[in-house]
Amino acid sequence: MAGWTEHQGQAVALPVHNIDTDQLIPARFMSTPRSEGYGQFLLHDLRHLESGSKCPDFPLNQFPQASILIAGRNFGSGSSREAAVYALVDAGFRAVVAPSFGDIFASNAVNNGLLPALVSEADLERLTGELNEGGGSAHIHLEHGHIIVGGSKVPFSLDNSWRTKLINGWDDIDLTLQHELAIEKHKQDRRTTSSWVWPNAEDQNSQVNGSQ
Amino acid sequence: MTAAATLLDKLWSSHEVLTREDGTSLLWVDRHLVHEGSHHAFAKLAERGAAVAEPELTFAVVDHYAPTRHREHIADPKIRRMIETLRANATQHGLRLFDLMDPAQGIVHVVGPEQGLTLPGLLVNCGDSHTSTHGAFGALAFGIGATEVAHVLATQTVWQKKPAAMRIVVDGKLAEGISAKDIALNWIAKLGSDGARGHAIEYAGSAIRGLSMEGRMTLCNLSIEGGGRFGMVAPDDTTFAYLRGRPFAPAGEAFEKAQETWQKLHSDEDAIFAKDVSLAAEEIAPTVTWGTSPEQALPVSATLPDPSRLSDEKQKAARDALDYMGLAAGRPIEGTPVDQVFLGSCTNGRIEDLRAAAAVLAGRSAKVPGLVSPGSALVRHQAEQEGLDQIFREAGLEWSASGCSMCVGMNGDIVAPGKRCASSTNRNFRGRQGPGARTHLMSPAMVAAAAVTGTITDVRPLLKGRAV
Repeated sequence: MAGWTEHQGQAVALPVHNIDTDQLIPARFMSTPRSEGYGQFLLHDLRHLESGSKCPDFPLNQFPQASILIAGRNFGSGSSREAAVYALVDAGFRAVVAPSFGDIFASNAVNNGLLPALVSEADLERLTGELNEGGGSAHIHLEHGHIIVGGSKVPFSLDNSWRTKLINGWDDIDLTLQHELAIEKHKQDRRTTSSWVWPNAEDQNSQVNGSQ
Repeated sequence: MTAAATLLDKLWSSHEVLTREDGTSLLWVDRHLVHEGSHHAFAKLAERGAAVAEPELTFAVVDHYAPTRHREHIADPKIRRMIETLRANATQHGLRLFDLMDPAQGIVHVVGPEQGLTLPGLLVNCGDSHTSTHGAFGALAFGIGATEVAHVLATQTVWQKKPAAMRIVVDGKLAEGISAKDIALNWIAKLGSDGARGHAIEYAGSAIRGLSMEGRMTLCNLSIEGGGRFGMVAPDDTTFAYLRGRPFAPAGEAFEKAQETWQKLHSDEDAIFAKDVSLAAEEIAPTVTWGTSPEQALPVSATLPDPSRLSDEKQKAARDALDYMGLAAGRPIEGTPVDQVFLGSCTNGRIEDLRAAAAVLAGRSAKVPGLVSPGSALVRHQAEQEGLDQIFREAGLEWSASGCSMCVGMNGDIVAPGKRCASSTNRNFRGRQGPGARTHLMSPAMVAAAAVTGTITDVRPLLKGRAV
């Protein structure tokens, strides 16, 4: 995953609370291999009419080039499906700006280079107010921690470790393997002090509750 | 540590390998559960040419795509591919797989506890948000995304910032017909679907102590619907009795030794919680959702909200939800006709849930069709030994094999567009049970009551004179 520090792009407002991951990507699309691209599935059932054609007045259809999503409270609540983030990333999004995020969604976002930018409700309104009919150009600066839309510059909060990760595009597995010795020591200590943690061989216990 | 510690503190510190300067901890993972949906993570592992670090601590379960009928031949090629991919990954990495025909197959959050894989004091990860279920045993259990699943597979550790501690105390005695599901929907309605965001919830109080392990699992399972990634209950004699003799649990002397450790897993008396909430058990009524977020829940005796009387912030959401659900503001929830019912899921697919539903359905017929999918093959077997399957069948409901089924619809068990389903599941999100599906969440007993009358119904009168 590539790191980034600044992003200039088009912002689009989706002023709805509780956009959950089932809406971000309905479950029926999740057996698709990532290589086929998940952008087509983003907010699929909100974006499309029953006939299958696109809703002309849905914000994301009006601004198909958007890369910054300005959304309502509790964005990405619900399931842990990282596919919700893949759908956003594959559709070209680099950031979601909202007053709050589902915990699992936010960490999945950072793992894929997507910024979950936390702003206050008041600042969210300021940003939305700067947009022209729901869209407009915007600039994000990760290090400075601000987003500019029109004449408004508002700060966003982001955990420092997440900021560093987004900027460096780090892969956690590589980082973690540097701590291999510490992990091995923890494992050995646990084995010594709490051997019960390791699963019993399956056939040592008589099975219960009607199993064979 | 001299300061009073919460259960969260104790569980956290025993898993900390190290803590970075920025406060992020590297945690050791005791159990990692994977399912068909973990295919992205296995693909990431393959890209690196990496092996699973601890196959002995990694368990695979077929559940999300598991067909509930005709398992021997899976017609849908996409579903078949998902299951075959998990099989191939489990074989390649030497993982114990609970495959479709395994006598212990089931939903991962039912199988883990049932097999004794879930124990107090463990850190349990799974690429599924309902992993909080396992916290019912006093484990540190939380759902993770695919990148994190790949990380756990490769290193048996996970990076995590410690959440804030939150406590929900429920004291008193639940009335007849009221269950853990009602407690959960109740607090989520009060605090909102993000009420526990950033927090790990510990459930405490006499009403929680009085719950069976099944009830505690239901409660912890639904933590994420209130925004909490973690839910937990301190282990006690109920926990130990449940675990004794489970296939993968410690046996004999090892169990006794483990139990000594487990008994220390509770919050100290003067421990401080960042958020502390109290509920009175007596005030909890059978609760149902009316909207498209779990926070949109009300007692069954209430009337549907009038959006114009709600706060500005909630107005639009309520209007949209009523519109999607095809409901009129101000009308009673009770009496709303349903098209079908569903009993099952990691929330309410355990033996106690099926017993509660059967107690309502015995000797009665369902006015609408419905599907019953037990949480595991062992639950199914147990239910059949108790004759519960007969009660469901005689009532006119379909008795099927176990899996996530109609809770998430990945296996093809879906609710048709515009149809209304009384469901014992966990999410009433738009389209969750299928495009355009209308979901009302409620307890298994309430689902059974809806089946009997064909409408959303208070179960309590239907229980009069019956042994529950």
